Amino acid sequence: MVGSKARKKQLQRKDYQQLSAQKRLKIPVWRNTLVAFVVGGLVSVLGQGLIFFYIWLGFKEEQAASPMVATLILIASILTGLGVWDYLGQFAGAGVGVPVTGFANSIVSSAIEFKREGYILGVGGRMFQLAGPVIVYGAVTAFVVGLIHALVQWL
Amino acid sequence: MKARKKVGLQSMVFSRPVAILSSAACVGPLEGAGPLQGSFDVVYPDLLIGAKSWEAAETTMIKEAVEIALGKGSLSTQSVDYLLAGDLLNQCIAANFAARDLGIPMLGLYGACSTMAESAGLGAVLIDGGFAQYTVAAASSHNATSERQYRYPTEYGGQRPPYSQHTVTAAGALLLSNGLHCQSPMPRITHFTVGKVCDLGIKDPFDMGSAMAPAAADTLLRHFADLALAADHYDLVVTGDLAYVGHAILKELLHQSNLDLGSRLNDCGLMIYDRHEQPVFAGGSGCGSSAAVLCGYLLDMLSSYTIKRLLLVGTGALLSPVTYQQGETIPCVAHAVAIEMCHDHLADEELR
Repeated sequence: MVGSKARKKQLQRKDYQQLSAQKRLKIPVWRNTLVAFVVGGLVSVLGQGLIFFYIWLGFKEEQAASPMVATLILIASILTGLGVWDYLGQFAGAGVGVPVTGFANSIVSSAIEFKREGYILGVGGRMFQLAGPVIVYGAVTAFVVGLIHALVQWL
Repeated sequence: MKARKKVGLQSMVFSRPVAILSSAACVGPLEGAGPLQGSFDVVYPDLLIGAKSWEAAETTMIKEAVEIALGKGSLSTQSVDYLLAGDLLNQCIAANFAARDLGIPMLGLYGACSTMAESAGLGAVLIDGGFAQYTVAAASSHNATSERQYRYPTEYGGQRPPYSQHTVTAAGALLLSNGLHCQSPMPRITHFTVGKVCDLGIKDPFDMGSAMAPAAADTLLRHFADLALAADHYDLVVTGDLAYVGHAILKELLHQSNLDLGSRLNDCGLMIYDRHEQPVFAGGSGCGSSAAVLCGYLLDMLSSYTIKRLLLVGTGALLSPVTYQQGETIPCVAHAVAIEMCHDHLADEELR
């Protein structure tokens, strides 16, 4: 008896989730993908432009990437501070979220938000709240890839 | 002894409908620029309201709503017996910190976004039970405090799905009394239906409309059944913050249960914003949604006799960041408060 009641409840839940999925406003996947592709591409073009700029300033080709990344981070951080980036993020999604700009935004937005809890526990403690997973799994991935690289060389 | 003032399974009927002496709604800039502009008492130019943090801003907002409602009713804080208030934040800090400054005996409530209906209903219970002469019922929500507690830092540039909702920045307060001396008709709380917590397994914290719709349907159906009402009894039935998705689902659920309210059914989360012109996705959410629409627009409609009977169904999603990160589904609750433009029936009889 209890079993049939539980099954009825499960059925009701399944029916409801179907109804909810049917009524839910659809995420415009194609639009989002296209905008992310174009805007992400533009961010990369900007990055390439910055590399040319730093080479022109006298950096060696392999050294120009670092100031380029720093400049993109700076731009994203300033736009976050000015309160513009969240609108850009809503418009372009992964286009500005996946490049280093998204990483910068996640750190700066947390730092701004939690500054009111002080510099130690607020900014210091929570700045990497959103970026933390990226750093942790970035490091783990780098370690695994490094290990494979070393193994392949050794063989 | 049988509960004299209880009807059906979950409803209370007040022997002397509790008068709403005055109300106040204080809202943020986006709400103040929406379709209901002109019905609010205060529209703040920005979200920080001159405070040093979002939380302090929300405290200022709910405190000001209470003070304005008291001012309209020409009452001081000392003459109010109890304050019933709540908000969305951990430990209800906005309401509790406002109560610290107001100095009114305080009962803190948490019903998520259903808090306005919960506080109005319980405030009326205290008065009709003879425990208070004046109570104030209030609720608030703030976009930035909710974003930071439930989602991401305010300036984080994540892309939100179109079915998500924009937390309303608003506070509302009602001054309630037995209104025995008032012969003129005024909005009175006649019934209060307390909802059960419902959960049909929605997990997405952005999809709160879907999560809350079954609770709203459950309480609505229970209210109509308990009081044996016809579908056209109320001129307007408004839910708190189901927004576009939840409202559509609620219509469907009521239709399946043969309660067709038609155009009498609306939602505060849809009313407070222009969904097509303002960046609010599916509509508004938060305690402030029902609080500001009730304390401003809806009570104006009652007072001007545009509508005579109103049912407010406050809808709350009882989730926390901990529960959804642990993979739990979202339990929801809805409470219904019936408000009618009427006299004190018993006063007439006593006079005779």
